[in-house]
Amino acid sequence: MNLLALLRVALRALAVNKLRSLLTMLGIIIGVGAVIVMIAVGSGAQARVEEQIRSLGSNLLLILSGATTSGGVRMGFGSNLTLTEDDAAAIPREIPEVMAAPALRGSAQIVWGNQNWSTIIFGVTPEYLEVRQWEIAAGRSFDATDMAGAAKVCLVGQTVARQLFGGVDPVGQSIRVRRVPFTVIGVLVGKGQSMMGSDQDDLVIMPISTARKRVLGAANLAKQRSVGTIWVKVPEGNDMKAAEEQVRGLLRQRHRLQPGQDDDFSLRNLEEVAAAQEASSRVLALLLAAVASVSLVVGGIGIMNIMLVSVTERTREIGLRRAVGARTRDILGQFLVEAVTLSLIGGLAGILLGVGAAYAIAQFAGWRIVLSPDAVILAVAFAFAIGVFFGFYPARKAAYLNPVEALRFE
Amino acid sequence: MAAALIRTRDLARTYQFGDTEVRALDGVTIEVGTGEFVAVMGPSGSGKSTFMNVLGCLDRPSRGEYFLDGHAVAALADDALAAFRNRYIGFVFQNFNLLPRTSALENVELPLIYAGIAARERRLRAAEMIAKVGLAARAHHQPAQLSGGQQQRVAIARALVTRPRLILADEPTGALDSRTSLEIMALLQELNHAGMTVVIVTHETDIARFARRVLRFRDGRIVADEANDPLDAARMFAEEPAHA
Repeated sequence: MNLLALLRVALRALAVNKLRSLLTMLGIIIGVGAVIVMIAVGSGAQARVEEQIRSLGSNLLLILSGATTSGGVRMGFGSNLTLTEDDAAAIPREIPEVMAAPALRGSAQIVWGNQNWSTIIFGVTPEYLEVRQWEIAAGRSFDATDMAGAAKVCLVGQTVARQLFGGVDPVGQSIRVRRVPFTVIGVLVGKGQSMMGSDQDDLVIMPISTARKRVLGAANLAKQRSVGTIWVKVPEGNDMKAAEEQVRGLLRQRHRLQPGQDDDFSLRNLEEVAAAQEASSRVLALLLAAVASVSLVVGGIGIMNIMLVSVTERTREIGLRRAVGARTRDILGQFLVEAVTLSLIGGLAGILLGVGAAYAIAQFAGWRIVLSPDAVILAVAFAFAIGVFFGFYPARKAAYLNPVEALRFE
Repeated sequence: MAAALIRTRDLARTYQFGDTEVRALDGVTIEVGTGEFVAVMGPSGSGKSTFMNVLGCLDRPSRGEYFLDGHAVAALADDALAAFRNRYIGFVFQNFNLLPRTSALENVELPLIYAGIAARERRLRAAEMIAKVGLAARAHHQPAQLSGGQQQRVAIARALVTRPRLILADEPTGALDSRTSLEIMALLQELNHAGMTVVIVTHETDIARFARRVLRFRDGRIVADEANDPLDAARMFAEEPAHA
């Protein structure tokens, strides 16, 4: 018997017990639907993480100043500003192709008109935005002239723009940062949340010279050139590990550290942090899919159960088919095709259900979902495999029925 | 007697029920020639059904030899037996054994599917057989829409469609009233007259009288093998007053 004929026989047999067939399929429908929804939600979460990683900028090294120790109490990184602008300048000079951007960080209350807002102040060089791959939404960035003159100009992040200015265009407005008047010359594009959940758009950026002289540096004139962090951008395709070691070697040399002495700075490869984040979100996605596939297996058991009932009910039919010349493999094929047809139709319905549910979740819960054709193909393949696996035992049972006893079966 | 279509030698079939061994067939040696009409009779438990199953290649003997049309079939494997059943034997059952919710035509087609005949030819041959048993007008009815006699006619058409050498009928009239029984026996006699070998199992003496040879079974053995002058079922059917 060819496959098409077997399929027709299977469809007819399933049509005879429509409600039962539907209920049997329900397990597979729910299973496949769950797998698709879970993969969509899991991939959505993963895509979100990847987006955050991209927002951070790729191929970045972050160097943090070292920790102070006072009376045996060690403070965190950045409490002792061991890095300097000269370190930052030395890095691209000594290591070809990389870019380095020092950043001096502080917080301040800023005022515009009768509005005020507490935010983070970054004093940076013009390279900073390029290193962070940060675009300007409106206005312009500052340049070398602004740097040299310690001009009182600044750029604001999206959060500051929203909180301080409301609907007004910030470019050209005058704000006061720690009572110093500044002109807003540009607005940065939004970067959203960082991987750690902090708002990257809640900041004001100004030339590092301005920040040091007019806003942040007054308290610590001794360390004229020190900075809290240096961002280093390594060109795409370069070995991050090698670059990391080169930077480390250079800084140790500049800081005159003896071999065996600890670094007085901390070097972080953001790529690794990102990879770890990505791995954990992938594990989460896999876990969700695994849980969902349990329901597929349960659906498969439902198919097996009903196929066993069906084989018993149709014992006489099997006996007759054997009597008129059906070989064992004809009967095996007939029941196997029936089980697979059940699971595949269930699988297709499950895809519709799953895709619908995924869109509903995206619509009403606002979760990010990613529907990939791979997930759909996987679900169908899984449904097919379930049909074969759980259909085989009942089909085999049918095929090896003794024809004499099958014909006599009441 | 014509050339032997069925030849058995010392055929035995034993069943094991726990410790007890039941000898359903106990040394049956018989020949049935092409074109014969044989009735197998005997009380229940006499072994006539087992004999039928072995003849029909549904069951294998525990001992002895069985030649069907010259082929030794006693030791054949399952699938080979299935092929033999398909090619050589047409079965007619007491309860018709038609597939429910399946048209008469498709029921008749069924053995041809397993013979590997193409769909177009299947349909043609099935329609031809349906016509031959006088049910052309009801080819597309389902079994539930047919009377018992009509269902048995469909079953006979199904048995004939592969052009077998032998019709094996197990109590073919057991589920029918006497008038319909006559009708079915007339059809079997007609086939026999056209050269078909027919073996029927029955416990009804009235039915056995339409056969030309009667085998009586007891305790797994043939205790009598008699020639019989058959009654003419077609004439009796014509003479019997129809139901009101």
